[in-house]
Amino acid sequence: MKRLTLDGLEALFAALRGQGFELIGPQLRDAALVLGPLEHAAELPVGWTDTAQDGGRYRLARRPDRAHFGYVVGPQSWKRYLFPPEEVLFRARRSGEGFALDPAEPPPRRAFIGVRACDLAAIQVQDRIFVHDPGYQARRAAAFIVAVNCTEAGGTCFCVSQDTGPQARGGFDLALTELCTDARHAFVAEAGSAAGAALLDALPGEAADAADLAAARDAIAHAAAHMGRRLDNAGLAEALRARLEHPHWQQVAERCLSCGNCTMVCPTCFCANVEDRASLDGDSAERVRSWDSCFNLEHSYIVGGNVRSSGAARYRQWLTHKLAHWHDQFGVSGCTGCGRCITWCPVGIDITAEAAALRAG
Amino acid sequence: MSALPLPAGDALLWRPEPYRIERVRRDLADTFSLDLVPAGGGAPLAFRPGQFNMLYAFGLGEVPISISGDAEAGGPLVHTIRAVGPVTEAMRGLRAGAVLGVRGPFGSHWPVVEAEGMDLVIIAGGVGLAPLRPAIYYALRHRRRFGRVCIFYGARTPDDLLYKAELKRWRGEFDLVVDVTVDRASHDWAGKVGVVTRLVEGGGYDPLHTVALVCGPEVMMRYAARALLARGVAREGIFLSLERNMKCAVGLCGHCQLGPHFVCKDGPVFRLDQVERLLAVDEL
Amino acid sequence: MGEITGLDRLLGEHPFFAGMPPDVAKLLAGCARNVVFEAGRYVFREGGAADQFYLLRHGTVTLEVRVPGREPLVVDTLQEGDVIGWSWLLPPYQWSMDARAQTLVRTLALDAVCLRGKLDAEPALGYELFRRFVPVMGRRLMAARLQLADLYARPSGGRG
Repeated sequence: MKRLTLDGLEALFAALRGQGFELIGPQLRDAALVLGPLEHAAELPVGWTDTAQDGGRYRLARRPDRAHFGYVVGPQSWKRYLFPPEEVLFRARRSGEGFALDPAEPPPRRAFIGVRACDLAAIQVQDRIFVHDPGYQARRAAAFIVAVNCTEAGGTCFCVSQDTGPQARGGFDLALTELCTDARHAFVAEAGSAAGAALLDALPGEAADAADLAAARDAIAHAAAHMGRRLDNAGLAEALRARLEHPHWQQVAERCLSCGNCTMVCPTCFCANVEDRASLDGDSAERVRSWDSCFNLEHSYIVGGNVRSSGAARYRQWLTHKLAHWHDQFGVSGCTGCGRCITWCPVGIDITAEAAALRAG
Repeated sequence: MSALPLPAGDALLWRPEPYRIERVRRDLADTFSLDLVPAGGGAPLAFRPGQFNMLYAFGLGEVPISISGDAEAGGPLVHTIRAVGPVTEAMRGLRAGAVLGVRGPFGSHWPVVEAEGMDLVIIAGGVGLAPLRPAIYYALRHRRRFGRVCIFYGARTPDDLLYKAELKRWRGEFDLVVDVTVDRASHDWAGKVGVVTRLVEGGGYDPLHTVALVCGPEVMMRYAARALLARGVAREGIFLSLERNMKCAVGLCGHCQLGPHFVCKDGPVFRLDQVERLLAVDEL
Repeated sequence: MGEITGLDRLLGEHPFFAGMPPDVAKLLAGCARNVVFEAGRYVFREGGAADQFYLLRHGTVTLEVRVPGREPLVVDTLQEGDVIGWSWLLPPYQWSMDARAQTLVRTLALDAVCLRGKLDAEPALGYELFRRFVPVMGRRLMAARLQLADLYARPSGGRG
């Protein structure tokens, strides 16, 4: 463990750039905290917070301090870099009667700055889903992950219920805990991989002392104690499997717009369309994968029709998949408690409330 | 950087292999069969009865098509395709020599080896006979390993019967019960008229020692399963091949889900007790 | 008597009679006779008086709907072990379609006029007959509904 100053943080950015990584991190754009390329620590949303989230509500506010990571999660997750919204799976050209495929392109080397524990867990969930997907695995192997432990919780956060946070527990190269008080501004840094340890060794800073570690522990405990939501998972999957024909699905459907926002902001949702396209002259072609949503009518297409024509059936597909069938398919829950689906639902449908209602019924 | 081991062969996951059409058969007005061999030479991929491939028409799209040939013959890959949309329509226009992309084989298979020693009842509806044909070939090749073997086949009209010449041959040459029925016919049809589920009442098989393989429209399969249960065939002995929207074929695009199952990789062949409850739920 | 004993045996062998109480079977045998149809002959015609029903012992019978200007439409085929006709049970006792022998057909014909006369006096007979005819009607109705659903029709608007 090492204690970094602001200069140390900037040195980390420089070191990663020096190793050829493109740095991706949160930044302020269009009144939201979004992810994008950045070069310097000062480009982070310094002094901003977004913790006042609620069902269908997201507003940024000024903080009294200069914290660099004093917020939780915005609408985007790291999914868009490992499993991009649109991705060319292959390009091909005609040759004679047949065709030939172009070789796969090497993945970009990216460093993810400020990955929260819920999103780190989501990456590990998608690692299981895309275990056979060559593009995902290549991007994943090329990524360097700088996690940030949460010291505050948002209004829709429930990582404690999902046992994924607020502290990052593995799966990162480096993890930072920001300590931002009147007395000091520092980052307690922990290495989680050999690459992370080597990098950390080379950064300026002193070994973290007992007071640093205690302060970091207290800050994370503060976040854990202030979760905006909770979800009781005990027996939940069984209850949902048994209630596929519960009237509550229809009640949710009366509010649900089937807009698919929840699936777009979800860091684990993985449904995708696969489309083949050809050039106008017909000589070259590509296969493109793009995000799909189980709220789209055509998601459940079979020859002759669509299986899930009602909104109730589509919401049921999403919730039962996330909280019940995901366990059967991947051995984990499909929900990491990030709260995005609650915040970004235009009508404020709350997964924790709906799950509780279905369980109670 | 937490690199994960990539299982061998996965680098090709999305990438179709070019296969050349060696022969085209016109089975029905809208249904045709293609014999495919690797364009670069070599042996076609091995498969098990009931599995499917993704067939790619260059630049146009990819469709899941079950393999309908003999898994033990070592010959070309045979696919029987019904033209129902732009990709399959385009494939219908292809002639010998044209090249298609193939990914596969995918999915679960008919339990033909496990069924040895039992009576085998094969129930097909419409083009659902195609995914069952490899199982029939297996039963014919290893006829002595099975008790009674019954093929019950239903189609819309006599003109919609697939593999007519073969059906006739199977009925004549082997120790098989081949019973065919159509939903409607004109008077010159000498065979049966009625639903395929009625055939299940006959055949002389022993329900207590029977494995049944069923493929056809989902409604037909539900009723066929009910008729088999009514005859006393155990749930554990009834297998269905389901259709959902299979796009990736490896359980990572999410489209073919039925409850906890990815039909593309956990199916398409399911044991009745795995899916019975799920099929009873509307819009699942 | 030999003739009647032979009919008794034939009736007893037909699945329709499985589990029939002996006294009812005897009563039915009194209304039964052997009838053979050559291939192509009609067993009955639509609109005709339903004054018999038949137990099919051998051969295939088609149930057909007449269509003006076209070949008759075959909607069902009946085989050995099946029962032909239940219109005799319900007023106005008229056949609702054609039944034709597709092959040489051997049947046992039961005199419905005679049976209808006995039904009111013999509730046990009525019970045994209805108990056997209702499942047949149910099965045929189910089958007709599935045929109506046109399960194998070519779907329109496919994407793949």
